Amino acid sequence: MSSETGTWLYGVTDSPAAIRRDSFDDLTGVGGGKLHLVAAGGLTAVAETVSLAEFGEAALRRNLEDLSWLESAARAHHRVIDTLAHQVQLVPLRLATVYSEDGNVEAMLAEHGPRLRAALHRTASRAEWGVKAYADEPASTPAAAAPADRRKAAPGSGAAYLRRRRDELAASQQGRQEALASAQQVHAALARIAADARLHPPQSPELTGTKAAMMLNAAYLIDDQHSASFRQAVDDLRNRLPLRLELTGPWPPYSFADAGPELR
Amino acid sequence: MAGHLADRQLADRQLAERAAAAERADRADRAAAAERTAFPGDRIALVDLLDRVLAGGVVVAGDVTLSVADIDMVTISLRALVTSISALADHRQLDAG
Repeated sequence: MSSETGTWLYGVTDSPAAIRRDSFDDLTGVGGGKLHLVAAGGLTAVAETVSLAEFGEAALRRNLEDLSWLESAARAHHRVIDTLAHQVQLVPLRLATVYSEDGNVEAMLAEHGPRLRAALHRTASRAEWGVKAYADEPASTPAAAAPADRRKAAPGSGAAYLRRRRDELAASQQGRQEALASAQQVHAALARIAADARLHPPQSPELTGTKAAMMLNAAYLIDDQHSASFRQAVDDLRNRLPLRLELTGPWPPYSFADAGPELR
Repeated sequence: MAGHLADRQLADRQLAERAAAAERADRADRAAAAERTAFPGDRIALVDLLDRVLAGGVVVAGDVTLSVADIDMVTISLRALVTSISALADHRQLDAG
C-alpha cells in the first residue's frame, strides 16, 4: 500500500495547537482526501496522503501540463493554505511537493528546520498583497497624435501615411515610457510601506484577457497592522496616476516564503 | 438667453462627465472590492494564483516529485498552453465579477 501512496505537503507551522480542529477536519486536499499533521523537531507539516497514480512523478509531469487539472490542484492547494494561514503562522510550500512517505517528511523538517523557522519569523503577522498596474490604453494610444496629420493626409498619399504612422509609433512609445515611469512610482511608493517586495514577470495580454499592457506585477509583504494604510496608498496612487491598478490579497506569503537573501 | 442656454449645456456636459467619472471610479472600486472579497471562493484569477503557487512557496525537494527546474519548465509550457485558451482563465473571472 505504501508504495502506491505519497505525502503531499501544503505548509509548515510551529504552532499547530492553534489550528481549529473543526475547520481542519472539514478541509479536503488536492486528492480529495483528509489532511493530517506530520511533526518533527518542533515543526509541523500539513499533509495529505495521495495516490501516486495521480501524484507520482510521471503522473505529475503529465497532469501539471493539463490546465484544468492544474487549476483544480492549484485551487485546492491554495484553499488549504489560505484557510490555515488565517489561524496559525504557516509558511506555504510550493505546489507539487510530494514525499514517498511521512517518515521522509520528518527528515525534511529536521534538515530544513532553520530555514523554515527563518521563513516563519520573516512572515509572522504579515500578509502578501498583489498589485498589478496596466497602462491605461485610451490615454496612451496613438489617437492623440493623429488629428494634426489627418488634415494633411490626402487619401492614398504614401508619404503622409508613413509620417502619420511614425508619429503614432512615437506617441505610443512615449505613452509606454510614461506608463513605465508611473509604474516605477507605484512600486517605489508601495515598497516603502512594505517589509519586503517581489516583482513577478508581467503577465502577457493573452493570460490576462485584456489588451492593456501590464507594466507592473508586484507582491508586497505588509505588516497586518499596516494593511489599511497600504490599501489607502494604492487608492491614492490609483487616483493620482494614469495607470489602472489592481489590488489582490491578502494572500498567504507565497512570494516571500523562500525569499531571504541568506537562503538563495 | 443664449448665454443661459450655453451655460446650461456646459453644466449638463459637466454633469455627464462627472457622472461618467463617478461610474468609472465606482466600477474600479467594485472590481477591487470583488477581488478582495473573492478570496475564500474560487474566483481568484488563475494566473495570479499560478504566479504564486508555482513560483512561490518554500522550495524543498520532495522525493517523488519534479525538480524545481522541472516546475519552471512546466510554467513555461503552461504559459504557451494558456495562450490558446486564455478565455478559460480570465473571461470567466470577468463574467463572475
